Amino acid sequence: SLRPCARAAAPRLRAYHGDSVATLGSQPDSGSAIYQENYEQMQALVNQLHERAQHIRLGGGERARTLHLSRGKLLPRQRVDNLIDPGSPFLELCQFAGYQLYGKEEVPAGGIVAGIGRVSGVECMIVANDATVKGGTYYPVTVKKHLRAQEVAMQNQLTCIYLVDSGGANLPWQADIFPDRDHFGRIFYNQAIMSSQNIAQIAVVMGSCTAGGAYVPAMADENIIVRRQGTIFLGGPPLVKAATGEEVSAEDLGGADLHCRQSGVSDYYALDDLHALHLTRKVVRSLNYQKTLDVTIEPSEDPLFPADELYGIVGTNLKRNFDVREVIARIVDGSRFNEFKALYGDTLVTGFARIFGYPIGIIGNNGVLFSESAKKGAHFIQLCCQRNIPLLFLQNITGFMVGKDYEAGGIAKDGAKMVAAVACANVPKITVIIGGSYGAGNYGMCGRAYSPRFLYLWPNARISVMGGEQAANVLATVAKDQKAREGKQFSSADEAAIKEPIIKKFEEEGNPYYSSARLWDDGIIDPADTRMVLGLSISAALNAPIQKTEFGTFRM
Amino acid sequence: GTRRYSATTGRSITKVLIANRGEIACRVMRTAKNMGVQSVAVYSDADRNAMHVHMADEAYCIGPAPSQQSYLAMENIIHVAKISAAQAIHPGYGFLSENTEFAELCKQEGIIFIGPPSSAIRDMGIKSTSKSIMAAAGVPVIEGYHGEDQSDQCLKEHAGRIGYPVMVKAVRGGGGKGMRIVRSESEFQEQLESARREATKSFNDDAMLIEKFVDTPRHVEVQVFGDHHGNAVYLFERDCSVQRRHQKIIEEAPGPGIEPEVRRKLGEAAVRAAKAVNYVGAGTVEFIMDSKHNFYFMEMNTRLQVEHPVTEMITGTDLVEWQLRVAAGEKIPLRQEEITLRGHAFEARIYAEDPSNNFMPGAGPLVHLSTPPADLSTRIETGVRQGDEVSVHYDPMIAKLVVWAADRQAALTRLRYCLRQYNIVGLHTNIDFLLSLSGHPEFEAGNVHTDFISQHHGALFPTRKATAKEFLCQAALGLILQEKAMTEAFRLQTQDPWSPFASSSGRRLNVCYTRHVTLKDGKTNVAMAVTYNHDGSYSMQIDDKTFRVLGDLQSEGGCTYLNCCVDGAAKKAKLIILENTIHLFSTEGSVQIDIPTPKYLASRSEGTQGGTTAPMTGTIEKVLVKAGDRVRAGDSLMVMIAMKMEHTIKAPKDGRIKKIFYREGSQANRHAPLIEFEEENPEKGD
Repeated sequence: SLRPCARAAAPRLRAYHGDSVATLGSQPDSGSAIYQENYEQMQALVNQLHERAQHIRLGGGERARTLHLSRGKLLPRQRVDNLIDPGSPFLELCQFAGYQLYGKEEVPAGGIVAGIGRVSGVECMIVANDATVKGGTYYPVTVKKHLRAQEVAMQNQLTCIYLVDSGGANLPWQADIFPDRDHFGRIFYNQAIMSSQNIAQIAVVMGSCTAGGAYVPAMADENIIVRRQGTIFLGGPPLVKAATGEEVSAEDLGGADLHCRQSGVSDYYALDDLHALHLTRKVVRSLNYQKTLDVTIEPSEDPLFPADELYGIVGTNLKRNFDVREVIARIVDGSRFNEFKALYGDTLVTGFARIFGYPIGIIGNNGVLFSESAKKGAHFIQLCCQRNIPLLFLQNITGFMVGKDYEAGGIAKDGAKMVAAVACANVPKITVIIGGSYGAGNYGMCGRAYSPRFLYLWPNARISVMGGEQAANVLATVAKDQKAREGKQFSSADEAAIKEPIIKKFEEEGNPYYSSARLWDDGIIDPADTRMVLGLSISAALNAPIQKTEFGTFRM
Repeated sequence: GTRRYSATTGRSITKVLIANRGEIACRVMRTAKNMGVQSVAVYSDADRNAMHVHMADEAYCIGPAPSQQSYLAMENIIHVAKISAAQAIHPGYGFLSENTEFAELCKQEGIIFIGPPSSAIRDMGIKSTSKSIMAAAGVPVIEGYHGEDQSDQCLKEHAGRIGYPVMVKAVRGGGGKGMRIVRSESEFQEQLESARREATKSFNDDAMLIEKFVDTPRHVEVQVFGDHHGNAVYLFERDCSVQRRHQKIIEEAPGPGIEPEVRRKLGEAAVRAAKAVNYVGAGTVEFIMDSKHNFYFMEMNTRLQVEHPVTEMITGTDLVEWQLRVAAGEKIPLRQEEITLRGHAFEARIYAEDPSNNFMPGAGPLVHLSTPPADLSTRIETGVRQGDEVSVHYDPMIAKLVVWAADRQAALTRLRYCLRQYNIVGLHTNIDFLLSLSGHPEFEAGNVHTDFISQHHGALFPTRKATAKEFLCQAALGLILQEKAMTEAFRLQTQDPWSPFASSSGRRLNVCYTRHVTLKDGKTNVAMAVTYNHDGSYSMQIDDKTFRVLGDLQSEGGCTYLNCCVDGAAKKAKLIILENTIHLFSTEGSVQIDIPTPKYLASRSEGTQGGTTAPMTGTIEKVLVKAGDRVRAGDSLMVMIAMKMEHTIKAPKDGRIKKIFYREGSQANRHAPLIEFEEENPEKGD
């Protein structure tokens, strides 16, 4: 239950009729054992997250980095730092791509850095190969991440900047990166399509662009090449020698001088990395791009409660309940939340708020979904779509209610209403999984399949079709029934032998790092950073005009 | 019809023309305003927007920038005096202040010349004449030869008679020009010829005199005042010993360590000197003083001196007011016994010059200028404001800082405190030098003499030490915060001002942003790793030491202040970032840190890599090379005249001349590329 708020909001414009009173959030009992246990456990997960991210940030091995730097080149993250407006934030996406994905082979960040940052005041999608990771070659996950970055750029109409430094396809993996629809070729397809949609494509050639890779700069609207570092060719010197016997240096075959003076493949000649990034900033400046907002804005305001209280409120024990309003109170401007249908279908919390001044409709779980909650959710999504208000899903859901009464009450059609509304909603949707994400609940709460613009996980999150224990119980029950039909004994040891590996498997595969490594999401975030990440994500999403939503048939 | 004024005195002055510029013009106008006297300014084209023009009640243009055609153009000035109906002309110092012809001209035109009669100017202007008059009046004179016979042989004989070391000096000389010290007979001939050459060039007269050279002498001068009624008083002495390039740099009154008895003798000798030439108005009798406090007449300056404010401060007088009143025929306002000495005053002259480069005079814009606040015991005598330009055409003095306190030590402490608040960005100044000078223990002890600077050269020009890491942190913070302010300004003009992308938080996902900043401390590059902490502070790592830094910028009275806290120690400093330099001014002194230019910008915009640039604005006198010539590093390429001095432009490296950007006789601005070299081996580049 909520106690009166001890912390008062700052007076603000148009604060009459009691608008200035915060309506949400309460002072947590930070001395309680549960709060402290929660806090410590979440803190441990956050520390682990930071340590792992710190390791990934380094990129390839020390030898590779030293060699890279000795050539006068910058590391990919340094390139990003020098490309974006000085001191501005960078929203890195899919940081844990490829994490523990290829056994002993480490592919930090999937061998490619991707994220959104402001360049000359324009929010851009930046994709930077990391040449210190296997020469910047493309693993399957690298391709997937590059395509995900392009997808984000396309959905949000973000100018793309490719900092290319890659040896091309990772040959042993060719079957998993070359032939299929969402493989290597899709990168250039996307470039062409985005260019046709007036989403600027800029490439900076800071290393090799061989074979297919040559098409990244070649298909870009404008490209910049660094002398004595950047090369673009369809076939490298060894291939040329093998094919025609011609002996030629990489620089003569496809260096900056050739492409800027003779072939016309490149447009700008850079003396070094810093120069190239400087030129890139100028190119972006010349885009004549203006971000126009389809939403109203208000001055941003901090929440009234410190974000780290989320650790103590939420904790890591998914069986422990918490009120999602306490989470909202630590995310939204001034902890102000205009709750919709507060007294109806109360396992789903819906309402309006602002984050960094942008309007947002929030849908959060406060328990299992019933028919009423699902209908309320569908109603709320309709409102947001009608009003061009972006949607935020705070997902912590075990699923829809099961049982005879509920099936008879038509929970399937009510759930379908919510799922349909979520699917069709064309306003920017952002999902944060703040706890469990199980079964159809994942669908109703805008899981990956429902194309949220961004999907983030807290480190305590778990994603699976159902809980590991439930799955184990289901399988054990099925096995027991079968044995019973066969008239055989089903000992507790038999039961344990079935259940244990299932629980273990679900535990492993439901882990956020498992998800993130496979790009089932866009990143694992510190709960305390949620507001910042959401603000950046909404800001990026609003680069694209908000499309009108057309809903299909709702089964009534 | 026009009113005719008689050349005699005895009429009031209600309007005065100031035939000068800069601080002295402003100084005179201030007193004129106090007295209710209207002021008329004259100005050259270069001074159209100068402070003295704005201060005056009326102002008239008298010609183009070169002073020969403006501030020295007597006819033009007289013309302005007539059309503006000014009864008197105040010549200030320099320019026409000691010009007999001009004083005569004023007299003929019925305009009061605020200065002595032309005869006194003439008598005192020629050194040999002045000395014989003084000797006759019983004023001690230094031994020397002031004869007509200018043959080498004769001069040499007299030098031998007087005894080495001797000084060979142009008869019409001044300001150290045409003056040489000869330490032995063997170098006499060479030095004599050199002095003659310079004298011919400067004064068109190579007549020389020879004087006994007093080693490590003091330069002590007495302020005197005469009136039309035959009265003359002295207002005690000033010590102006500390000089560079034979020009004064720091002056004080009274002279340190001078006993009252000596003081009285000095004063009385000076009054005798004034009376000997029927002196009227403000004048200064200069003496040379040896270590035993014996003093000898050197010369008399028949004008108000630059350093007159120190005398005003210790006597509580306004000498410009006295000048105006005496010129109008009044008696000197005070009798000798009414003039009392109180406290101690210093004047520091702030020049646009580069002390580390042999005090080479400079010119350029005063991009930033802030001064200590003026009060009863602190005077800022200046003729420029922020944004003004120190012109190549005139004296490079920016201001005089005058302070007073009850005793010398207190005045000196105050001087140094105020100097630290005198902050100028845009050109080289001598402020830091004045600080080290006034802070030298020997100066503090009052052991001053004219060789002070060369004697204590080591201590006064300390080799540049590495800047303390705390200051580097301050500089880096200043840079980051200014960048933040720029981002903030951009943010507010966009239609999306609350986006977190518009912040300067440096936020990264799950890691902290560490920014690699390189600053240039003198010639050393310092690498810093600046980590943006989530609480808004920064962790700055230099070598193996990490500082926690936080702070903000604050605007106050047109200046930006950096409030900076490094590891808990909070400091406040004025921050100016100009082009690629960060300037920090605080009570601890000034710090200057450069931001290295990225290579790609350096190779394009700066000509330095491939050529030479003008050290200051000036005229190209001679071009010694042509395109295609091969030169070696150090070869002379060009001769430039700037600030009345020759500067030889030398080759910075071996190479072939590609292009010469200026012809002989053309004017080049400071930092303008003069000569371009062929790019050596373009494949290797940098």
